[in-house]
Amino acid sequence: MALTVLTVDDSRTMRDMLKHSLVAAGFRVLQAEDGLDGLEVLKTEKPDVVVTDINMPRLDGFGFIEAVRSDAERRTMPVLVLTTEADPDKKSRAKAAGATGWIVKPFDPVKLVDAIRRVAA
Amino acid sequence: MAADPMAEIREVFFQECEEQLGELESGLLQMENGSKDAETVNAVFRAVHSIKGGAGIFALDALVRFAHVFETTLDAIRGGRLAADPPIMALLLRAADALMDLVRAARQGEPISDTQTQDLVAEFNALAAGKAAAHAKAEAKPAAPPPPPPAPSGPPKRSWVIRLTPKPPLYAKANETALLLRELSLLGEIEVEVDASGLPDLADIDPEATYLSWNIVLSTDKDSAAIRGVFDFVEDDCDIEMFEQPDFSFFDGGSEPEAEAAPAAPAGGTESNAPAPPAAPNPVETMAAQAENASSVSQTIRVDLDRVDRMIDLVGELVITEAMLSQRVLEAGLARTSAVAMALEELEALTREIQDSVMAIRAQPVRAVFQRMPRLVRELAAHTGKQVRLVTEGESTEVDKTVIERIADPLTHMIRNAIDHGLESTEKRLAAGKSPEGQVRLTALHRSGRIVIEVADDGAGINRARVKQKAIENGLINPDAQLTDDETDNLIFLPGFSTASEISDISGRGVGMDVVRRSVQAMGGRISITSRPGLGSTFTLSLPLTLAVLDGMVVKTSDQTLIVPLAAVLETLRPNMSDIHPLDNRTSVLALRGGYVPMVDVAEALEFGNHTTPPDQCVALLVESEGGNRAILLVDEIQGQRQVVIKSIEANYRAVYGIAAATVMGDGHVALILDVDTIVSATRDSGRTDFNRSISQVF
Amino acid sequence: MGPAMDLDKTDAKIHELIAFRVGKQEFSINVTSVREIRGWTSATILPKAPRYIRGVINLRGAVLPIVDFAVRLGLPTAEPTARNVIIVVQIEQKQIGLLVDAVSDIITLNHNSIQPTPDVSSDAVSTFLRGLLPVDGRMISLVSLDNVLPPESAVAA
Repeated sequence: MALTVLTVDDSRTMRDMLKHSLVAAGFRVLQAEDGLDGLEVLKTEKPDVVVTDINMPRLDGFGFIEAVRSDAERRTMPVLVLTTEADPDKKSRAKAAGATGWIVKPFDPVKLVDAIRRVAA
Repeated sequence: MAADPMAEIREVFFQECEEQLGELESGLLQMENGSKDAETVNAVFRAVHSIKGGAGIFALDALVRFAHVFETTLDAIRGGRLAADPPIMALLLRAADALMDLVRAARQGEPISDTQTQDLVAEFNALAAGKAAAHAKAEAKPAAPPPPPPAPSGPPKRSWVIRLTPKPPLYAKANETALLLRELSLLGEIEVEVDASGLPDLADIDPEATYLSWNIVLSTDKDSAAIRGVFDFVEDDCDIEMFEQPDFSFFDGGSEPEAEAAPAAPAGGTESNAPAPPAAPNPVETMAAQAENASSVSQTIRVDLDRVDRMIDLVGELVITEAMLSQRVLEAGLARTSAVAMALEELEALTREIQDSVMAIRAQPVRAVFQRMPRLVRELAAHTGKQVRLVTEGESTEVDKTVIERIADPLTHMIRNAIDHGLESTEKRLAAGKSPEGQVRLTALHRSGRIVIEVADDGAGINRARVKQKAIENGLINPDAQLTDDETDNLIFLPGFSTASEISDISGRGVGMDVVRRSVQAMGGRISITSRPGLGSTFTLSLPLTLAVLDGMVVKTSDQTLIVPLAAVLETLRPNMSDIHPLDNRTSVLALRGGYVPMVDVAEALEFGNHTTPPDQCVALLVESEGGNRAILLVDEIQGQRQVVIKSIEANYRAVYGIAAATVMGDGHVALILDVDTIVSATRDSGRTDFNRSISQVF
Repeated sequence: MGPAMDLDKTDAKIHELIAFRVGKQEFSINVTSVREIRGWTSATILPKAPRYIRGVINLRGAVLPIVDFAVRLGLPTAEPTARNVIIVVQIEQKQIGLLVDAVSDIITLNHNSIQPTPDVSSDAVSTFLRGLLPVDGRMISLVSLDNVLPPESAVAA
């Protein structure tokens, strides 16, 4: 059965790229434009994994993860963050917020799929 | 899917870049204006960050490198480590311009290199260096994890014993022991035993706490780094002990409680399978509500423009057909109070509402055009060596898309004119006691059903003596013509006013204000200028809200139905024979409130055949053209006013003399829309010279 | 959206033509340029228009100029009311209405049957005509629509 991945990113380019890579790997893809939009989607959908950017308007990646982790029904959802390489602060902040793991940007499609499979139950 | 998905995504990227660049500039301008709003700084950072991210995908390395340096500086500002003082804001704005150039070059496929941006990069680096020197902050590196035991050379497969004790944060982040074990099992052969010795009684279990450990024996040919790699995401959230040599002392001899007894069954469960803690008001929603109130952004969707245009065409047809239906009903003799007629009235109201809604879809804020002006002003200011500040107001004023696209050029020329000719040099301003910085004020607002855009400068105003002189030199007016101040100011719009030698190279490309006025008029708009000596000048541009629909006065003359744009009509009257004075066999004038206005018999002007109605039995329309010239139009009767859908004659035919466009009336016939300006200027064909001479001769 | 028929092409393809009558003469045009055929409705006259432009009518929301074909060809014009068929044709990006007396026939054209137009024809005729086609004992003139509307510069404003 195909896994469902929710991608949360304010860049349409990035969303298209993620979708392109994930669909090619056989995933079903949901999309959201920022943290708030992502929470909206999660009200009705239960993706297997969420991939989120950090820098987004309205509600950024940290806020989004914190919200997900404080929701009784969704807090066990694996969430991966997209980070830029040279950013140890971001990584640790993401971890502190509750990120399950991370993917480095610009992402390698193979590593992306690998990371998703690692955390998907 | 399309031929090349990457090409499509690349196109999306560049479109997105344009949006981001717009956000970047407007955010920087707000910061320059003193805004300390954190969200503005964040938005600016995100814009550059986003462009960098996309550029990385398409391997636009020079762009990535520049964006990275830019972004780093922005990050320092938003983190409070660097203050956004004026010199830094100027640098950021220049960097934004450079970024725009790089993006556009990349879009065209032109090669981009670091040389274009090295000066800016040097400035950014200097900032960073200065900062670092001033603060001399030593970055504490997090302690490196203990080095894994050196991998011994020897037989490829080794045995590792791993003791894994997850801590609550591991599960809190949706990581799963089961998944970790699964990953390990991909490395080799694995035996797992759970150590539940830490489990308390069921009654005392805290669903959020962790009580279990796992002892794992892994037989693998992979090195320790690979094994540790499995725990990448969770290394802070659990205790891991790893030994290469098997050490069975870890395993208790006693039997373990069944793993299933523990709520944390590996099959996708976690330790929180126990009844969830009482739910607080759903924090997800509360958070959403808070963030939404903070930004109150409305939902949008993207729609293909073609679809919108098609819908607008269809609604236009609907309006026409509905009008035709109304007409037929009337002709069929049905009383106005009959059920059919009343239902029709409702239909008419509904159709009008639909039309308004649909027009609103295409309505866009003028911001889209105004956004390009700041950069123009920066460049012009630099070029002329003047200090210029651009102030904009009413950016959210909405106008039909068709209008938006066509005001960019006129606006550009008005601003160029304001900076080039309107504003004095810094020295002159200081000498006149003005602030050294000149101001150009760009405003948009709705006024009586039209959109009015003003470009005002606080310069020296129009030099009326010089303008009049130039107009006389170029044969545009009579040397002894008496002109009001306003009339003098508007002479700059006459064709032939600006000679090539005077058009400076930035107002250049040989475009005089007459070309600007013609393109404005082609849109059904008006442009004029007012000026106060020493204080400045204001261009006023007035445009219909949409180019698709027109408010018109329906008139009939010589059995032809015509539409006169309501915006041009000042008043209607019945002329008295005593007020009508013929100047020669062609022209007559009407005495009106102390002045004389040329009269035009529309039927004759348009050559509809011999028009026999005497002038004092015609209806007279006092109209005003774009240039502010007035005339009296004589028609047989006025039939009413209505809003008409504008249809092009040029589409299937060509431009027609005296006619701006056409529309379809309720009876299905085409009615022509009068081009007031052409008719009015025909009365002055021989120029103001003849007119004035004629007037002075007669009186 | 087919282009006006160019009968100078010497490929041996078959064309279908629509034949129509104006006064005593018959003409034909390529079927692919015909969009529809409709009855005459009174046209709105255009100021300072050439004599052969009868005016414009509303064709489903678009403004369609009506060209009186007889006038355009310089043929003696009979009573205008005799003309009561409008053939809507597409010429490149524009549509116009040709005002004729009646449609008479659909003909399958074989290029080999075309005869050249005689030299005695007037200028107007030679601008538009591309040959003569004998059909059932009648001579039908083949019309090229390219010049029905003259170039813009030729029309005095």
